Amino acid sequence: MKETSKVTTKVSTKVYIPRDTASLSLGSDRVATALALAALNYSGDVDIVRNGSRGLFWLEPMIEVETEQGRVAYGPVTSKDIDELVAAGLFTGEQSHPLSLGDPEEIPYLKKQQRLTFARVGVTDPVSVSDYQQHGGFVGLSKALQQSSQDIVDAVKESGLRGRGGAAFPAGIKWQTVHDCSEPQKYIVCNADEGDSGTFADRMVMEGDPLMLIEGMVIAGLAVGANHGYIYLRSEYPVAHQILKEAIANAYEEGFLGSNIQGSGQDFDLEVRLGAAAYICGEETSLLESLEGKRGMVRFKPPLPAIEGLFGKPTVVNNVLTLAAVPFILAEGAKAYADFGMGRSRGTLPFQLAGNVRQGGLVELAFGPTLRQLLDDFAGGTASGKPMRAIQVGGPLGAYLPENQWDTELDYEAFAAIDAVLGHGGIVVFDESVDMSEQARFSMAFCVAESCGKCTPCRIGSTRGVEVIDKIRSGENREENHILLKDLCETMLHGSLCAMGGMTPFPVMSAVNHFPEDFERISNKQGDI
Amino acid sequence: MGEQAQWDTQRVKEIISSMKSAPGALLPMLHAIQGSQGYIPKDAVAMVAESLRQTRAEVHGVISFYHHFRQRPPARKRIEICRAEACQARGSRELENYAKEKLGIDYHGMTASRDFSLDAVYCLGNCACGPTVKIGDEIVGRVDAARFDELIDDASAIAVEVIS
Repeated sequence: MKETSKVTTKVSTKVYIPRDTASLSLGSDRVATALALAALNYSGDVDIVRNGSRGLFWLEPMIEVETEQGRVAYGPVTSKDIDELVAAGLFTGEQSHPLSLGDPEEIPYLKKQQRLTFARVGVTDPVSVSDYQQHGGFVGLSKALQQSSQDIVDAVKESGLRGRGGAAFPAGIKWQTVHDCSEPQKYIVCNADEGDSGTFADRMVMEGDPLMLIEGMVIAGLAVGANHGYIYLRSEYPVAHQILKEAIANAYEEGFLGSNIQGSGQDFDLEVRLGAAAYICGEETSLLESLEGKRGMVRFKPPLPAIEGLFGKPTVVNNVLTLAAVPFILAEGAKAYADFGMGRSRGTLPFQLAGNVRQGGLVELAFGPTLRQLLDDFAGGTASGKPMRAIQVGGPLGAYLPENQWDTELDYEAFAAIDAVLGHGGIVVFDESVDMSEQARFSMAFCVAESCGKCTPCRIGSTRGVEVIDKIRSGENREENHILLKDLCETMLHGSLCAMGGMTPFPVMSAVNHFPEDFERISNKQGDI
Repeated sequence: MGEQAQWDTQRVKEIISSMKSAPGALLPMLHAIQGSQGYIPKDAVAMVAESLRQTRAEVHGVISFYHHFRQRPPARKRIEICRAEACQARGSRELENYAKEKLGIDYHGMTASRDFSLDAVYCLGNCACGPTVKIGDEIVGRVDAARFDELIDDASAIAVEVIS
C-alpha cells in the first residue's frame, strides 16, 4: 500500500500475532493467515504485526488488538476461532467472546512480574527500529556514546550484573579485563547456544526484542574497545535466526550498526553465526573453537578468553540475557538495576517455567523469592493434574530438588549451598510418575552423547556412569555399585575440564540422594544412549 | 535413488569461493553446502579442505563432531523428537516409542520409501509446550500419539500430491 492511500483512509487497526517459536508451534501462522483473510471482508484497514510472545504459553497463540482504550487480548486462539471472533467484534476490541482476556497487562501472571529485560517483549514489532525507539530503545546507547569506556564498565560493575548463562561471573570484571588489554583487535561474542532443556529466555529475547541484544552488544563494544561482534546461535533456533537477521539489517540501515554509529565516529559490525547441534558449544571456550571453524573442543584455562579469546584476541563472551540487561543499566542507571535482588544476586532473572506445569512461561522476577513461591504464584499446578515430585533447576547439569528443598531462595549462593545451581533460570517440573533412576541414567547418557571427549573423567566417566546405573537399576551388587557411582561422580566433579563432566554429577547424585526409593526397584528398562 | 544422489558441483564451487576468505569460514561453508544440497557430499569435503588449506581429515573431523551435519541425502521429511528433560516431563518417552513403532524405524533411521527419517534432538526451546517435534521446517508443540498421526498423514498427503 502506498503512503498516500494510508493518509486518506482511517487509522488502521493493529492486530498483534506472535511469531515466537512457542506460538508458532501452536499454530500462530495459521491464525495469522485466517485473520488476514477475515480482514479482507472488514470495512476498515487491518495491520497485522508479528510480535514476540508475552510468554504466557498456555494462552498462546495469544493475539492482541490495539484499541483507543489500549490493548485487548484473546487466547488461546486457533485458526478455526477467527470467524467467530471477528463476528463478535475482534477488530474493535469487543470483549464478549469466551476467549477474551481483556487488557493483557492486567493478567495476574504478567502483572505480578518485574520485567526489566522483557519489558518490550510481546509489545513491539521486534524488527522495527522506530517501534524500538518509541519504547525506550537506544537510550542506553546514546548515553553510552557520551561516556568514557571506563565509565561504561563502571556502570556495569556497579549494577552487580552477573553472567546469566549460568556461571554468574561478574560481567563488569570480565569487561574490565578486556578493556585493559592493549591489543587493537578485540571481539564481543554473544553466547546464544541456549542448549539447556527448560530454558527459552534467550530465544524469546532474540525473537521478541532482538534490537535490545544488538544495543547491548554495541555498548559492550564501546566499553571494551571492540569493533566486531558475533552472535553464536544454535541451529535448533531457525525462527530466532531469521528474526535476528532482519533486525541486524534494519539496525545497519538506521545507522545503529556499521561505521560511524549515529555520527559518533565509533564502528561496530555484527553477524550471526550458526552452531550445528552440539550442546558443548554453550561452554565458552568450545564456542570460540566452533566460531573459528573447528571441532567444539574445550580449551584449557588459562589463558582466559578475556585475554586470549576468539582468534587469540581479547574477547568478551556473554550470554544473551547478560548483554540484553545492559541497555537498561545504561539508560536507567546502575542503581536502578542493583535495587532489585538479594545478597550478591542483583537485578532480575527471567525464570522459565517448563515441563509438567499448567501455566508454563516466562516469569521475570528480582532474585529472592523461594522456588515454592514462584510455583504457587505462577505454575497453576501440573499439566497432568498429578502432584509435583521433582524439580530440575538450571538445565541438564542442574540438581533435581525434592519438595523439602523447594523453600530455597532463588539466589545464586542459596542454591550453591544445597549443591544445586540456578544456572540460566530454567525450572523443569516433574510429576509423581517420574522414575528418578531413569532421569539419573539420562543425565549420564546425555553426557556420553555431548562430551567433547577432551578429558577422561567426562569422556569415559559418563559411559561408565551409564553402565553402573544400569547395574543398580537391574539389582546387581547394589551396595558396591552405589559406592562406585559415588566415587565416579567425585572424580568427574573434581577432574573434569569444564562443567559438562564437572556438573553431570549434580543431577545424578541429587536423584540418588533425594529419591533413593527409585533406585531400589528392579528395572530392566535399559534404554539406549 | 542411490546413496550418492546427483549434486550440484557448480553451486558448491560457488559457495566455497564466495565464503573461503571469511574468518572461521568452515562452519558457515558447511551450513551453506548442506542448505543447498541437503547434505554434504563426500567429494565436496575435498573441495572444502583444499579451499581452506586443511586436510580432508580435519574437515571430516568437524563434520562428524556436530550432530547437525550429514553426509547422506536426507529423507523427504525429517522428523526430530525432543528427548530432553522438559519434554520428558510431558510424555516424550511415550511419544518416541510410538513414533518408532509407527514409522517402523529407530533413531537415525529412514523409512524404505525415504519419506521419513527419525532423529532425536536435545531441546528446541519450546519447553513449556512439549512434547515438541520438528517435522521438516515446522516446529510443533504438545504432540501426543494422535497429533503425531495427523502430522504423518498431512506430510504423506503432500508427498503423494507432489509425486502424482
